Amino acid sequence: MITLVHFQIVSAALFSIGLYGVMARRSAILILMSIELMLNAVNINLVAVASFLDPDRFAGIIIAIFVITVAAAEIGLALAIVLRMFRNRATINVDHMDLMKW
Amino acid sequence: MTWLVFTVLSGIIVGGGLGVVTTRNVVHAALFLLVSLMGVAGFYVLLLSEFLAVVQIFIYVGAIVIVLLFGIMLTRSSEYPRIADNEQWPVAVIMSLGFFTLLGLALFTYPNVSDGRNDVAMAILGKSLFTDWALPFEIASILLLIALVGAVVLAREDRKSQ
Repeated sequence: MITLVHFQIVSAALFSIGLYGVMARRSAILILMSIELMLNAVNINLVAVASFLDPDRFAGIIIAIFVITVAAAEIGLALAIVLRMFRNRATINVDHMDLMKW
Repeated sequence: MTWLVFTVLSGIIVGGGLGVVTTRNVVHAALFLLVSLMGVAGFYVLLLSEFLAVVQIFIYVGAIVIVLLFGIMLTRSSEYPRIADNEQWPVAVIMSLGFFTLLGLALFTYPNVSDGRNDVAMAILGKSLFTDWALPFEIASILLLIALVGAVVLAREDRKSQ
């Protein structure tokens, strides 16, 4: 019998993997991919909780739809920013993006 | 049978995620991301929300990964595939493993009582989206419009500098 905890453990594992990617990667596009992994982990959690614990209001599924919408908007804007950075600095290595570092 | 599907999908999701954060090739990372997102879509089917699985495949696989591949090609990052991880990666490993342990402890210390999955009728979902959730729905559409215009403004060529 699969219970809620199994889905949540997979979700926690995926979130931790994304966290590692955000902290350890150097390419801005790879960091964006890691953020997508973390958003998907949150979505698994939302849908699992809505499916197991919330018999008639399914708010979790609707919030997951909004998360997917915001992820689509985010990836478009973030890639525009990455393109602009590449055009100005000729690199997408985030360790070189220290113009505003004090 | 459900256990088998669950185990295979978990392996696909976690393995794809590990591929994204460990491979040195950016295009391979995008393809690993694709695999992981397909596994998440399978999870949605397993959780009896087929509509969300379809949305996941349309938006993530059909749009986001394609846009990411465009970004990889336009920034020519596939020509420099060996941008190494930065030097803080051991700290990152310890941090994320610690975070995972913390989450696991929290999940097993306070287990939720659950008596099985609930089916969600798509008609009720759509009706609720346009009545109870109408304001967030409209705000999401405005957000998408703003993001679209902002992306075009940010990414277009600068005419003055030419």
